[in-house]
Amino acid sequence: MKIIVSASGQTLGAQIDPRFGRAAFFIAVDTDTNTFVAHDNVQNLNAAQGAGIQSAETVSRIGGEVVITGHCGPKAFKTLSAAGIKVVVGAQGTVADAIAAFKSGALVPTDAANVEGHWV
Amino acid sequence: MIVAIASGKGGTGKTTVAVNLAAVMEGPVTYADCDVEEPNGHIFLKPALNSNKTVGIPVPVVDTERCVGCGRCAEVCRFNAIACVREKVLVFSELCHGCGGCVFACPAKAISEKKHTIGVVETGYSNHVSFVQGCLRVGAAMSPPLIRAVKEVLNTGEWVILDAPPGTSCPVIAAVKGSDFVVLVTEPTPFGLHDLKLAVETVRQLGIPFGVVINRCDIGDQQVPEYCHRESIPLLLEIPHERRIAEAYSRGEMVVDAVPEFKDSFIQLDRCIRSFLTPQNDPEGASQ
Repeated sequence: MKIIVSASGQTLGAQIDPRFGRAAFFIAVDTDTNTFVAHDNVQNLNAAQGAGIQSAETVSRIGGEVVITGHCGPKAFKTLSAAGIKVVVGAQGTVADAIAAFKSGALVPTDAANVEGHWV
Repeated sequence: MIVAIASGKGGTGKTTVAVNLAAVMEGPVTYADCDVEEPNGHIFLKPALNSNKTVGIPVPVVDTERCVGCGRCAEVCRFNAIACVREKVLVFSELCHGCGGCVFACPAKAISEKKHTIGVVETGYSNHVSFVQGCLRVGAAMSPPLIRAVKEVLNTGEWVILDAPPGTSCPVIAAVKGSDFVVLVTEPTPFGLHDLKLAVETVRQLGIPFGVVINRCDIGDQQVPEYCHRESIPLLLEIPHERRIAEAYSRGEMVVDAVPEFKDSFIQLDRCIRSFLTPQNDPEGASQ
């Protein structure tokens, strides 16, 4: 399974970036092979608007099945849901911590956005 | 003739200057409130409104039968208003600027447009002043198309006092562009000066002659008049920090009615602006 974690750095030891749309990096962890790849998100980090929507597209393109992040707004959530991607919010600590918490069942997918949108 | 009342800094007295100037002008004059996010000129002019029309922008509607899920629409959208995931297209109308790029780019001709209401343009009268205002719908994030809709109903053959939004961003440009003269209202404080400089740069870029009104001229310091002198910017009017003006404002009253001795000040301002707009005036005229 491919899990995408919003992160402030490019390693498994990096802290979770609590913002989904404007996360610094997305770390794609393949739990079957225990490998990971860091994708930078600079384009959306600097977007004037719609960062969450485009980040959701990015995650979909990478082939993520689950997103683990701190906060996810309504437009990003809608886009991720349309892409069939599960969303886990409220994660803290490092990327490795979040993966472990998800595997152990301490972190479970949400069925709604947990923050307000920035527009409308 | 369109005279735009603008400012860099908010809360300097744009609306006070605009409504009182409109009230003292002789002959047909229109007051146009282009501060559509929070139009407040109506509080002072108390117009009888007699018509309104809703204003919208064209937003995309995707025909899922025709859509091939190529994602071209999402790629061309500069405003991130469209997402394409798993060959499904999602449209976020509230982010759309109505440019029509997606319609143009769609190879399957699957996108049509529908009107997404962003606000309303209302017109009416207040004594001899024709009144028009734009009122942005609560939750709508984009005001320039509504500001342009306000300007479309103006009779530019007559005098128009256009109350602009504060700042120097897109809504201000949309409001001020095409004006014949700009009055920049400021206050003599470091904040007022800082934002005045930004406003001056903006108006110079637009190539519109302009002058400055200093409100609450006896507070703060001398940096604003010194700056205007240094930059050869005409100082059109100074309004003192006067309790009676503030009280009138707080009650929604016109300064020219509540504190009649200031009526002459606004008449002078009117004359001053007209002198800059009269062709036979000296070529050094207003600051470009």
